[in-house]
Amino acid sequence: MQFTIEQTLKEAKGSAIEMKNLTKRFGNFTAVDGLRLDIGWGEIFGLLGPNGAGKTTTVNMLSTLLDPTEGEATVAGHDVVKNANEVRKVIGLCPQQPAYFPYLTGRENIELFGQLFSLPSKLLNERIELLAKRVGMEDDIDRRASHYSGGMIRRVSTIMALIHNPSVALLDEPTVAMDPVSRRSVWDFIKELRSQDKTIILTTHYMEEAQELSDRVGIIDEGRLIELGPPQELIDKYEVEDLEEVFVLRTGKRLREGV
Amino acid sequence: MDSRRVLALVKKNMKKLVRDPGTLFLLVLFPVVLTTVFGFAFGGIGESGPQSFEIGLVNLDDSSVHPEWADGFMANLSEKDDIILVIYDDNETGQADLLQGGIDALIVIPNDFGDSCQSYWSSPFDGSSWTNTSIGLYLDSGSLIATIAVPSIVQQVFLSTLFGNAQISLEVPVDLTKPQFISANAFSQWDYMVPGMFAFSAIFITVIVAQSMTVERSEGLLRRMSTTPLTSSDYMLSQSISYMVVAILQVAMIFLTSYLIGYRPATGIAGIGFALMILAVFSLSCVGLGLIAATFSNSADGATGLAFMIAMPQMFLGTFMPLGGIADTIASMMPSKYVTDALTTLFLRGAAIVTPSIWIDLALVITASIAVVFAGILVFERWGRGK
Ligand SMILES: Nc1ncnc2c1ncn2[C@@H]1O[C@H](COP(=O)(O)OP(=O)(O)OP(=O)(O)O)[C@@H](O)[C@H]1O
Ligand SMILES: [Mg+2]
Repeated sequence: MQFTIEQTLKEAKGSAIEMKNLTKRFGNFTAVDGLRLDIGWGEIFGLLGPNGAGKTTTVNMLSTLLDPTEGEATVAGHDVVKNANEVRKVIGLCPQQPAYFPYLTGRENIELFGQLFSLPSKLLNERIELLAKRVGMEDDIDRRASHYSGGMIRRVSTIMALIHNPSVALLDEPTVAMDPVSRRSVWDFIKELRSQDKTIILTTHYMEEAQELSDRVGIIDEGRLIELGPPQELIDKYEVEDLEEVFVLRTGKRLREGV
Repeated sequence: MDSRRVLALVKKNMKKLVRDPGTLFLLVLFPVVLTTVFGFAFGGIGESGPQSFEIGLVNLDDSSVHPEWADGFMANLSEKDDIILVIYDDNETGQADLLQGGIDALIVIPNDFGDSCQSYWSSPFDGSSWTNTSIGLYLDSGSLIATIAVPSIVQQVFLSTLFGNAQISLEVPVDLTKPQFISANAFSQWDYMVPGMFAFSAIFITVIVAQSMTVERSEGLLRRMSTTPLTSSDYMLSQSISYMVVAILQVAMIFLTSYLIGYRPATGIAGIGFALMILAVFSLSCVGLGLIAATFSNSADGATGLAFMIAMPQMFLGTFMPLGGIADTIASMMPSKYVTDALTTLFLRGAAIVTPSIWIDLALVITASIAVVFAGILVFERWGRGK
C-alpha cells in the first residue's frame, strides 16, 4: 500500500463531519433522534429520507443554525455549538429554501456572499465566471434575482454555497426544480468537488441522483438512521434493482401496512 | 470588525435604496416632494405665531439699596396680559434660552437701575445729577411680532413704573438700549418649518429599517448570512453606516430643494456641516427604533405599521409642528426636538457655530441615539433574529 502525502494529511485531519448521538427536539416532538455518523474527507454523503424525516433539521444543526438538544456534532473538527464561528468559515450551505436578495442580480448576490467569506475580488470575479458557466447561468447572471425562474434561483443558490470553495458543502435538495441539463451540470460539478477532496452532504429525493453521486447514503426515517452504506451495497443487500427500491422498501412500510 | 464585509453589506443596502421604488420614494423622493409642497404652501411672508410673548428677565439690581424700583418694574411687566415673564438668575442662561427660541425677548435690568430712578426723583429737573443707565433688551428676530411689539411695551412699562399711572413723557435717566436683533429679516412660516424637515425625513429611516429587516428575516437571509463568517456586530454596523449615509443624502436633497425654491438659511458651510453631523447621529436612533419595530412584528406590513407608530411621536412632536403645553413637555423627551432646536438656532437665528447650546443639543442627540441604537441591537439580537 502506498502512502501519499494527501492520504496522511487526510488521516491527520480526522473526519470531516462527526455526529454523536445528535438529537433535536421541538417541544415534545423529536425531529432528529440520536444520529451517529462519521463522514470522511472527500466523501459525498447522500442524506435520504421521506418528507419530515429530519434531513433539513440535521443540516441546520451542522450549519450552526440550530443548536442540538442533545449529543454533539463537529465539522472539520470544530464543535458546531462551541466553535460555531470556525464551522462557519469552512462550510458552504445551499439551503432547501433559497435565500437571496431580490433586488440584486445573480452576480451581485454571489459576489456579496463571496465577500462575506473575504474572497479577494479578482479571484471572486474569476470564480463567478467559472461557476456561472459550469451551471449554465452565464447568460442570465446579470439579471435581477427577482426575475429568475425557480430553476435559475436554485442554480444561483448552489453557486452562492460554493463560491468560496468550501471544504464542507451542505447541499439541501440543490437540484429541485432544475431541468435535466442543469441538473447534470450540477452533478458533474459535485463530482469534481469530490476529486478536490471536498466533503459534501447532499440531501435529495431523486434516488438516481443519490445513486449516481454518493459514496455512501444514509436513510433516515422519523429522525433515526435506519440504513447506511454505499448505494450498491444496499441494492445488493436487499436484492433489488436500484436505490429507489431500497428506499421504498425501508421507508414505505407504514404506507404499505396501512398503519 | 471586517471592513470589507461591512462595506459589501452597505453597498447592498445602497443598491436597494436605488432599485427598490418603495425605499427610494420614502427616503429620498418623499422628503423632496414634501419640501417643495411646503415651500410653496408656506413660503409667503406672514406669521401666525403665538399672540402672547414669553419675555425673559434678568434682574442685576436685586441687591441694591433701592430694590423697589426693579421690583415695581417687574410687577408692572407681569401685569400685562400678553406677557409671560420668565425670571433668570443670570444673563448667560437667559441668552441661551433666547437663542434656543425658549423666549421671545430678554430684558436685563442693570445693577444701577434703582439708583438711577432714585436719582431722578431726588432732582427731577436737574439732568446733570442723574445716574444714567440702560435697560438691556434682546429680541428674537425669529419672532416677528415680538420684534415689533416688545420694545414699546417695555418702554411703556418703565414709564409707568417711574411715574405711577400718570403717563407723562419727560426726559428720564433710563433709556432702552437699541434692541439687539440677532438678524433682522422678515420670516415666513416656511423659514420655521425647514429646520424641522430634516429630522422629519430622517424618521422615515425607522420605517425602512423595520421593513427591510423583517423581509431579510422572513426570506431566510438573516439565517443564511449567519452561516457565514459574518458577525452580527458587522451586520449591525453595516446597517448603521448605510442609514447614516441615507441621512446625509436626505440633508443634501432637502437642502438643495429648499434652496432652489428660495430658502436661504442664516448659516454657512459650518452650519450645514453641523446639520449633516447631527442628522447622521440622529439616524442611529432611527435605526435603533427600526430594529425594535422589526423585533416585534411578523411581516413587512406589520413592521411598517408598528414603525410608523413608534416614529409618529417624534415626527409630530419634535419637528415643525407648532406645539404648546403638554405636547411641548413630551417633545422635550424626543431626540428629534433637539435636532430641530439646533438647526433652528443655526438656520433661523443665524447663531454662530460656536454657540454652546447647539453643542449641548448635539451631545444630547449623541447620547440618546447611541442608547437607542444599542437598545435596538440588544432587543433584536435577543428576540428578533428568530433563530
Ligand atoms: N422549527 C420547528 N418547529 C417545530 N417542528 C419543526 C421545526 N422544524 C422542523 N420541524 C419538524 O421536524 C420534522 C423534520 O423536519 P425536516 O425539515 O428536518 O424534514 P426533512 O427531512 O428535511 O423533510 P423534507 O424532505 O420535506 O425537506 C418535521 O416533522 C417538521 O415538522
Ligand atoms: Mg428538508
